[in-house]
Amino acid sequence: MARRTIKVDYLARVEGESAFKVVVRDGVIERAELSIFEPPRFFEALLRGRDFSEAPDITARICGICPVAYQMSSIHAIEAALGVSVSGPIRDLRRLLYCGEWIESHALHVYMLHAPDFLGYAGAIEMARDHGDAVRRGLRLKKAGNEILTLLGGREIHPINVRVGGFYRVPTRRELQPLAETLKWARDAALETVRWVAGFKFPDAEPDHELVALRHPDEYPLNEGRIVSSRGLDIAVDAYDQHFEETHLERSTALHSRLRGGGAYLVGPLARYSLNFPRLSPVAQDAAREAGLGPTCANPYRSIIVRAVEVLYACDEALRIIGAYEAPDRPAVVVEPRAGVGYAATEAPRGLLYHRYRLEADGTIADARIVPPTSQNQASIEADLAACVAGWLDVPDAVLRHRCEQTVRNYDPCISCSTHFLRLELDRG
Amino acid sequence: MAAGRRPRLGVWKFASCDGCQLTLLDCEDELLAVAEALDIAYFPEATRAAVKGRYDLSLVEGSITTAHDAERIRDIRRRSRALITIGACATSGGVQALRNFADVREYAAIVYARPDYISTLATSTPIAAHVPVDFELRGCPIDKRQLVEVITAFLVGRRPVTPAHSVCVECKLKGNVCVTVAHGAPCLGPVTHAGCGALCPSYARGCYGCFGPMESPNAPALSAKLAELGMDERALTRVYRTFNAAAPAFREESERHGA
Repeated sequence: MARRTIKVDYLARVEGESAFKVVVRDGVIERAELSIFEPPRFFEALLRGRDFSEAPDITARICGICPVAYQMSSIHAIEAALGVSVSGPIRDLRRLLYCGEWIESHALHVYMLHAPDFLGYAGAIEMARDHGDAVRRGLRLKKAGNEILTLLGGREIHPINVRVGGFYRVPTRRELQPLAETLKWARDAALETVRWVAGFKFPDAEPDHELVALRHPDEYPLNEGRIVSSRGLDIAVDAYDQHFEETHLERSTALHSRLRGGGAYLVGPLARYSLNFPRLSPVAQDAAREAGLGPTCANPYRSIIVRAVEVLYACDEALRIIGAYEAPDRPAVVVEPRAGVGYAATEAPRGLLYHRYRLEADGTIADARIVPPTSQNQASIEADLAACVAGWLDVPDAVLRHRCEQTVRNYDPCISCSTHFLRLELDRG
Repeated sequence: MAAGRRPRLGVWKFASCDGCQLTLLDCEDELLAVAEALDIAYFPEATRAAVKGRYDLSLVEGSITTAHDAERIRDIRRRSRALITIGACATSGGVQALRNFADVREYAAIVYARPDYISTLATSTPIAAHVPVDFELRGCPIDKRQLVEVITAFLVGRRPVTPAHSVCVECKLKGNVCVTVAHGAPCLGPVTHAGCGALCPSYARGCYGCFGPMESPNAPALSAKLAELGMDERALTRVYRTFNAAAPAFREESERHGA
């Protein structure tokens, strides 16, 4: 069957139902295809005609697991279109909010989704019977991240306090203090987490993916930076469309992203870490070294350690922000509508999340483009799956299916597809 | 249910963002207790273990947007003793129901280079449009405390207590200053179903209706007030068309102001 490749300018959601099909002939993999059947929800279409101020709340609904990422990418892109730049305490609070999302999302993945694979359980609830203390620590750590989201955003899922220009209401210095106490515990728990996962057994794997992430001159990247890669790409965010393209394959409601003239690439914790190690705080760098990581890490199984290091960093960074915080005079800067195009990329827990908006003079969204991390990682995940099957062709289907699922979970593509993902169709000829 | 056996729970996903089922995992303090009280037989967001057969309680997230899903929900209903929908997608069609006011083929052409690859229904519809539903929990996303209340009520065999009055009542209970009266902020609180704890007004923002319409709302009266505050017809159409756009009371009011 010929593979049809069509270029596409818009995205579809990546989450939920997917399948992986492998065709093997004479011991050789003829075809390895990841298909995503998530029903499309057409966000880029339904954004047309809405007011720019509605984009953060609407795009949050793309993902209940990382709504802050969608809110942050949309407000930064729209502010760029409106010629607005936000600095000082509002900028810091956005960073703090994002730290909360990293902590809850990574803690969820590390403890509830990924660790059970290494320890041999179907899930965290089953794992809790033998590893109760660890699971409780994971839940409490996740809750610490959610407490940031709740205080600053109003609620954990689809926070209501984010707007273009800033917030609706900002906390006083005093209101943030209880969070600091929680986060001091969380920072210790995150360090314990790094040590705990460093003791797992990791298969050798060094796939040679091009790594892509944001890079900021002096911060570990969250909301701002240039887009850089492990093979020398270094571009401003507004040049994204010239360097990356999406294709639409018949077997999938998700779009595949590729580097023009390059190919598959990888975004997410491994890419962020490997391209930004020197920007981690000293405590996070020390913990990474102690866990046996170098300044770069390409082994997708070890991404669980990198996520734990990022949780530690996020706790540390959140504490730094709270310690230095002075409430701004106003919760948001004034924004006036005007015609323009704005681009932004931020670092969702799962990697680079790109948004572009074209606005009309009255602030109406003329068109929108959104490229989520999982659509960017799909081609690399597929390559890893093919390699996984090639290396384990002689094992029974059930064992192979589990190996493939674990390969997918290494990338935390999002909860539902990473866990109920695999209907493995293995055609051995 | 046989004596001594824990009730069997299934958590199902249709077109959605996963946020409502994540709410169960966000019950960090209650999760392990829930797992002891219920046999979590199908919850792919949390565990690989899957048990076929019948379910005492099914929690359903998401709306119906494909022919395959319309079939799947009927199968789940047949296997479920009690079926409870969680969240705006499952109870009113969700944000993806904005397609109901547009041409879905145009939507597909905007997003996909090859819309012919996309198989989807022209509308996004709530679960109750397809099968009988025992209880509907509102919210985009649902509220954690209300979810715990729903599960607790199921376990003891009573009806969940989730008041159907407006967000305004929650503001009064909380002692909030009215954002409309005090600051002239447009607010859907007077017509929106309670459950969030008056979240947006507590953050100096008008309610945007993510819990959908309350019981018997007077939306035309609210629209007149919103128009006084400066909203034109287009803005009035949009304000009712977000995460519960297809809920009848919001749909009808939005249609009074636009196509």
